[in-house]
Amino acid sequence: MQGDNQALLSVRNLRIEFPNRRGTLVAVDDISFDIAPGEILGVVGESGAGKSLTGAAIIGLIEPPGRIAQGEIFLEGQRIDHLPYEEIRKIRGRQIGAIFQDPLTSLNPLYSVSRQLIETIQTHLPLNEREARARALELLDEVGIPGAAERIDHYPHQFSGGMRQRVVIALALCAEPRLIIADEPTTALDVSIQAQIISLLKGLCKEHGTAVMLVTHDMGVIAEAADRVAVMYSGRIAEIGPVQEVVRAAKHPYTHGLMGSIPHIGHHVDQLTQIEGSMPRLQEIPSGCPFNPRCEEASDRCRVERPNLQGVEQSEVACHLFDAQRVEARAGE
Amino acid sequence: MIAFLVRRLLQAIAVMAVVALCAFFMFQFVGDPVNQMVGEDATKADREYLRESLGLNDPIPVQFGKFALKAAQGDFGVSYQHKRAVSTLIVERMPATLELAVTAAILAALLGVPAGVYTGLRRFGFTSKLIMTLSLIGISLPTFLIGILLIYLFAVILGWLPSFGRGEIVKIGAWETNFLSVSGLKSIILPAITLALFQMTFIMRLIRSEMLEVLRADFIKFARARGLPNRAVHYGHALKNTLVPVITIIGLQLGSLIAFAIITETVFQWPGMGQLFLQAVQVVDIPIMSAYLILIAFFFVVINLIVDMLYYVVDPRLRVDQPSGGGGHG
Amino acid sequence: MPEAPVGPPSVWHRIWDSDIFYSFRSSKITMVAAFLTALIFLLAIFAPLVAPHSPYDVATVDLMDAELPPAWEAEGDPRFLLGTDNLGRDLWSTILFGTRISLAVGFLSVIFGLVVGVSLGLVSGYVGGYVDSFIMRVAEIQLSIPGILIALLLAGTLRGVLSAEAYNDAIVYVLVLTIGTSIWPQFARTVRGSTLVERNKEYVLAARVIGLSRFSIMWRHVLPNVMGPVLVIATINLAIAILSEATLSFLGVGVPPTEPSLGTLINEGQNYLFSGLWWITIFPGMVLAVLVLAVNLLGDWLRDALNPKLR
Repeated sequence: MQGDNQALLSVRNLRIEFPNRRGTLVAVDDISFDIAPGEILGVVGESGAGKSLTGAAIIGLIEPPGRIAQGEIFLEGQRIDHLPYEEIRKIRGRQIGAIFQDPLTSLNPLYSVSRQLIETIQTHLPLNEREARARALELLDEVGIPGAAERIDHYPHQFSGGMRQRVVIALALCAEPRLIIADEPTTALDVSIQAQIISLLKGLCKEHGTAVMLVTHDMGVIAEAADRVAVMYSGRIAEIGPVQEVVRAAKHPYTHGLMGSIPHIGHHVDQLTQIEGSMPRLQEIPSGCPFNPRCEEASDRCRVERPNLQGVEQSEVACHLFDAQRVEARAGE
Repeated sequence: MIAFLVRRLLQAIAVMAVVALCAFFMFQFVGDPVNQMVGEDATKADREYLRESLGLNDPIPVQFGKFALKAAQGDFGVSYQHKRAVSTLIVERMPATLELAVTAAILAALLGVPAGVYTGLRRFGFTSKLIMTLSLIGISLPTFLIGILLIYLFAVILGWLPSFGRGEIVKIGAWETNFLSVSGLKSIILPAITLALFQMTFIMRLIRSEMLEVLRADFIKFARARGLPNRAVHYGHALKNTLVPVITIIGLQLGSLIAFAIITETVFQWPGMGQLFLQAVQVVDIPIMSAYLILIAFFFVVINLIVDMLYYVVDPRLRVDQPSGGGGHG
Repeated sequence: MPEAPVGPPSVWHRIWDSDIFYSFRSSKITMVAAFLTALIFLLAIFAPLVAPHSPYDVATVDLMDAELPPAWEAEGDPRFLLGTDNLGRDLWSTILFGTRISLAVGFLSVIFGLVVGVSLGLVSGYVGGYVDSFIMRVAEIQLSIPGILIALLLAGTLRGVLSAEAYNDAIVYVLVLTIGTSIWPQFARTVRGSTLVERNKEYVLAARVIGLSRFSIMWRHVLPNVMGPVLVIATINLAIAILSEATLSFLGVGVPPTEPSLGTLINEGQNYLFSGLWWITIFPGMVLAVLVLAVNLLGDWLRDALNPKLR
């Protein structure tokens, strides 16, 4: 199957497995989604839901023994999941940039910021040392590092956490990639800094027309920055759709619970709702819908038959509540 | 930088003082030096005179002060066994040991570092596993046994290389060297391999585990995600970050090479300090033992200081005193 | 994997199915190492029963039998499987009894080093302050000096303090003291680190509030936490201790030739190497190498199994 023509990134039926001695753990189970050019897709879910792994799979950096067992990934129509190492290496940084969670550990402590920038620029662009340095300076200016000209030769430890994450963003933008995988880019930062970084990222991407896959467990970040959002649970996509629709009118009971746990300013609620229990461990995923043990509306069918994504309004939802006949039956009540 | 160096220097002096105290107490507790120096037939008056002239009747702190002062000037007294100044004996034998140790160190580093990097990068490869298994054998074979096996193979059976001694020695001033004659060069091969083998495996295994540790770091993952070629990731980012521990290890190993030379020198009858020390231990020649202890401690302290200074060169976090603005959270 | 038994799994099944045991079963080389270690241990323990001759029994030793090659060589004697040494002692028997001494010294040294190290580490972490920095400073200095040098210095000093006869009589204790002293710092540092972590945990505070002595709490809670690392250090140091004993004996400050250990045998044999009597050195050397290698392999495996992150 070929990816959707207008999609920048197409993930089709991706399955990621971790073989171990007691069998095979399925960490990401048959997920499909698209990212359009310039679009910010939020991917949200609890830790262990498979969202970071999906990001790693796209840039070909799944650590063994993990492996892509099935599925295809297309970047601008070109299949990239089975490329030889050197080929995917050239795509990383050039066409797909990445930002990781912890800016404190993402930068090599022994190399100056300028060296790390120049090295990355020269890997992908045919620039000489001086030109690369000029570009590095430009990038640092652009990500809002005050006094970039003086600070360019400093070492990572001389920057604060927020500033370091700005450097990391500059590094991801070095070669003007079409897509950035941002894996929990604000989680390790102070709350006051988080909003700055998110709006910086959002602004830069709009400016450069860069698409972002924004992986986070923070619905607030998604609501603020994303155009669309995919909710992941136990390695599957529970719901994917425009961010307004998912936040305002969540369909999947899990998303519903997720939204219920966020306090909204201006909406007085007596009690924040909370989902009972916790996400099952990978070796204990129940049959049928993985959410069924925690779902208040679970039926016998949910315990047996796995729900597939189906279109509801502008979203897609994997829940038997929205199966055509049941919706009809409900309507008839 | 200067404050750091001064603190390190003070620590070094404290260590040396403690070691000197240990050496001094060896004199205090072990035997009576007067008995060692005069014959059975010496009169009581003779002994008392010697006692007084050696300062053995002074209070202990005074004796220690004198001892430390003399030691600092390189005066460790006279060997009971050889009846010569310990400092002269050591100076005579130092070139042999240093040449052996340095040759072994170069050999160990030259082979150990690349092997460690290789096995760290290709941990699942067949060659890596082979090297690792061989290295475990290297660690398990005692140094003296390796020496004996080498002698048996290359000297007794094959007859290619001499089994003991330094061969023909060329004198340059006070320094006697092995490196300027064919027989001298041939003589150093087996002892140097023997001494280097353990250090080599040790360096290799440590570099391997450091490499594995660093390769798991986030900044390596991020470097890969930026599309940097493997060459830059492995030999630039990863290797440079293993340098700090590696410098420490190689530095400390250089010190232990000198100590392990005791065994090698015994097996190959290599006329160095180690052999001198071992003979001293066998006949309880305290002046040589204490001098050797102080000398080795001195080597260690000096090497440690050099290692500390190298840290400054390698790690910018130590070089710049300015703290990160607002810490990790700002 | 074997068929899972019906009903609750037995203790044996749980052990069999545990991760540690799995990593043991899946590593053939570890199983071989464990087998060899067990074999050598058993042979050494039952040396008086297994050995065809007693090397200590002067009546059975005949100088006429001296320097016989192994039984399969042309001049070999079927009575002496691995040949005889320069005094006419059966080499096989002598190796068995020598291994016994080597192992005894190795074990006792590790136990000595372990007890001293664990106690000092506990005290260091528990008391803190000057006591802590003093103990750790000493440990640090000692760690930077090779153990064999410390052992040699101690052995030399004790030689001076004791008479030659007393020294030889007490040689096992001397060796245990010197080798044990050279290995305590690793134990101390590990235990101290763990103690510092535990000391600041809330339950220690809580337990103090209800009047339990903090020290007894530390003892009960710190020790289980450090059992793994301590076991690993002990295993690796058993190999080092066996090597140290052999080295000291080889250097002539260890076990005297009358009661040979592996190191002494190798040293004795070395003098005869040039006259072609290779077996006196090579056989004890092989036993020593195999023993140390096997223990090292077990230590490596244990370290990886208890801390998979280190791999």
